[in-house]
Amino acid sequence: MTEQTVDRGLAVELSDLTRVYGDVKALDGLTLHIVPGELVALLGPSGCGKTTALRILAGLDHATSGTVSVGGKDLTKVPASKRDMGMVFQAYSLFPHMTVIDNVAFGLKMRGRDGAARRTRAGDMLDLVGLGEHADRYAHQLSGGQQQRVALARALAIEPSVLLLDEPLSALDAKVRVQLRDEIRRVQIEVGTTTLFVTHDQEEALAVADRVGVMNAGRLEQLAPPAELYSAPASRFVGEFVGLSNRLPAEVRDGVAAVMGREVPVLPGSATGSGHALVRPESVSVVADPAGPATVTTVMFLGPLSRVTCTLADGTLVVAQLASSDALRLQPGDAVRLEVAPAPVLVVA
Amino acid sequence: MTPPRGFRVFRAVLLLAFAAYFFVPLLAMFDFSTQVRGSAPGRTWDNWTFMFTDEDLRSSIVASLLLALFTVVLMVALLVPTMVWVRLRVPRVSRLIEFLCLLPLTIPALVIVVGITNVYSWVTYVLGDSPLVLTFAYVVLVLPYSYRAIDASLSAIDVATLSEAARSLGASWFTVIVRIVLPNITGGVLGAAFISVALVLGEYVFASLLHFDTLPVAMAALYKNNGPAAMAAALASMILVALFLIGLTFLSRDRHKLGASS
Amino acid sequence: MVGAFQDEAGRLTLGNLDALTSDAAVTALKGSLILSASTALIGAVLGALLAYLIVSMSPQSLMRRATLAVSGVLAQFGGVVLAFAWIATIGPVGVVTKAIMDLTGANLYGSGWLFGLPGLVVVYCYFQIPLMVIVFAPAFEGLRPQWREAAVNLGASTWDYWRHVALPLLTPAFLGALLLLFANAFAAYATAAVLVSQGQPIVPLLIRQAITSEVLLGQANVGFALALEMIVVVTVVMVAYNLLLRRTSRWMR
Repeated sequence: MTEQTVDRGLAVELSDLTRVYGDVKALDGLTLHIVPGELVALLGPSGCGKTTALRILAGLDHATSGTVSVGGKDLTKVPASKRDMGMVFQAYSLFPHMTVIDNVAFGLKMRGRDGAARRTRAGDMLDLVGLGEHADRYAHQLSGGQQQRVALARALAIEPSVLLLDEPLSALDAKVRVQLRDEIRRVQIEVGTTTLFVTHDQEEALAVADRVGVMNAGRLEQLAPPAELYSAPASRFVGEFVGLSNRLPAEVRDGVAAVMGREVPVLPGSATGSGHALVRPESVSVVADPAGPATVTTVMFLGPLSRVTCTLADGTLVVAQLASSDALRLQPGDAVRLEVAPAPVLVVA
Repeated sequence: MTPPRGFRVFRAVLLLAFAAYFFVPLLAMFDFSTQVRGSAPGRTWDNWTFMFTDEDLRSSIVASLLLALFTVVLMVALLVPTMVWVRLRVPRVSRLIEFLCLLPLTIPALVIVVGITNVYSWVTYVLGDSPLVLTFAYVVLVLPYSYRAIDASLSAIDVATLSEAARSLGASWFTVIVRIVLPNITGGVLGAAFISVALVLGEYVFASLLHFDTLPVAMAALYKNNGPAAMAAALASMILVALFLIGLTFLSRDRHKLGASS
Repeated sequence: MVGAFQDEAGRLTLGNLDALTSDAAVTALKGSLILSASTALIGAVLGALLAYLIVSMSPQSLMRRATLAVSGVLAQFGGVVLAFAWIATIGPVGVVTKAIMDLTGANLYGSGWLFGLPGLVVVYCYFQIPLMVIVFAPAFEGLRPQWREAAVNLGASTWDYWRHVALPLLTPAFLGALLLLFANAFAAYATAAVLVSQGQPIVPLLIRQAITSEVLLGQANVGFALALEMIVVVTVVMVAYNLLLRRTSRWMR
């Protein structure tokens, strides 16, 4: 089964999608190309249009303008029931009056497959998500995480052209969330289906996606692999939304920024002249120095790493992340010197 | 999100058909109530003023209103302390209380009447034959509805914590119920009162079979010799009851709002 | 209720139960069952339809709230006033009767069907339909939009969705409401008492005759027997309700 499905992935193209509700623009010219077999996560605050984009791709909502195509075929006018997309909803989407296996087989039934074939395929799908033994239970007899696995199996049972995940983990406990997140990625790689994953949780998006698209106010701010998104944000919104950043005063001249007495290369898209550099906590190091200009305010132990907050003479707070072995030598009240690593930074006005 | 146009037309047509079925009888009743007696031509309001001038009808209206009042007072006085007490001190019997309160709902009122005819011939012997003795029967009748209204509002607040807080500050049990719990379940109690009034004003089974002259009984009797006047009185009582019941739906909505915001 | 098994002198007897097999009693029971079943069915189907129309309106719409509030009022609306309203509408000189007479010359009132069993069916629906609306609207509201969307995504047409998802989900609530409506109609007395003055087509009216009759002494205990019969029917309905619920809702908690 995996042999034939690995290269089943189809390319997905959302072109210039706009969606207007009354006088609110939920999508404002979104263009997104997903390559076959890829998992793209759309990340953004609530109301940024990510769910609208997914629902338009599913056919559950329609675009005011723009087109949707999958595998080169224009689907803009095709109804949701004929789009062959598997979707996993936020929660409670299992049909409560059907057993687990009947839920998984539902899409096959709608496609007119005979009973035996349905059961075999549905059973395979349940095995894939590790719930083969729960086939005859009802939804309410399963935990939230198990329900979402069944929903995933149900979506995959129809061999969908695209898999759509609409915040599938947001209703779960933190621990289950991490487990299921990894599980989803494993299954997705195994079946090779092109996948769009919508979430507001950046950790989730960065962990599972091949590429992450950050959305804001109906637009795609940046689409890049997780590491690039983190180390080279293309805009102020991305820099501030993804990960933790210090905003430190900076002077930019000739493509180099002066930040706290250090020369640091700047990223494309940075402002020129004086502005603020977005500096990651792990790019700041703290050196004990009785003559240093900063004072340690708090030391927060996070396991192997610790987070140290320091106050500059002018009251600016700077957060640094260091190995706990280094951080534990510091005490609140200690005078320290802060040094910025020469990693490229984004400077904003 | 908006349904397709065809469906909306279909819906409007069906709703109109339902509206006709439900409102034509009411309008017909109004039409009837303004007719001159004896099918003479012309319109008159005499039938509407009749209910204030006719001695029998007026006394039955007074009787029904007093019955409603007494029923509500007795119901609140019995139900609220009992339910609070059960919730706080003897939660074990709460299922039993619920069962007892909902029991009258499952037994047809007519059957209850049959069962208590003998009791009532004795009651009227002892207490006289004023319709107000019906209060006892009506309290039983409104029990299921009032119970549910009050139970819903009691469940919405944490009675145990509230009363523990009050007790620890030195309040007596009487103070707890009157000053702490009651103000917090006003909505539910008011709702229970409204539905009780509505039920009592329209109740016919007990009153007619036990031979008491309440408003519905008087109306039915009046109909035989003055149809239009009976129609007018019926419509008036219907409007009064409707006001109480609509007030009830507004109360329950406000309660939902409170629940949603907290 | 012991009265059902006592004669005039208070001795135990099963004689009163014999009264239940008399022609009048059997006819009345049949009439009651027909009336309750038909108005429960009509009320449930039309009420469910009306509930669906109401729930399909947007939750904020004034129309939706108004119709639900009116349903709440009309469901409690029975007895004397209701009987009057229908006499004024399709009685011998009712507004609609006269209008149809003027327009087409046909006599809607006919030979007095309003005051018999057929009339009771029309009149009872007046409170059965709104009762169904308020009992059943929450069931429609409980259908989650995700179920429809999931079904559509998996390739279901609108018909498939109703056939395989919505209807099975609504069935327990529908059957429960149906039986509630049946019991409601079965126990109703006041409307029929005002409307029907001749004959005893249903059990409650036969009970009235038994307990108000001054001509036939010893009828009071027959009233007890008939009341017992009503309790038995209501109990059967309740038991049936529980069994049905258990069968159709294995998937519920």
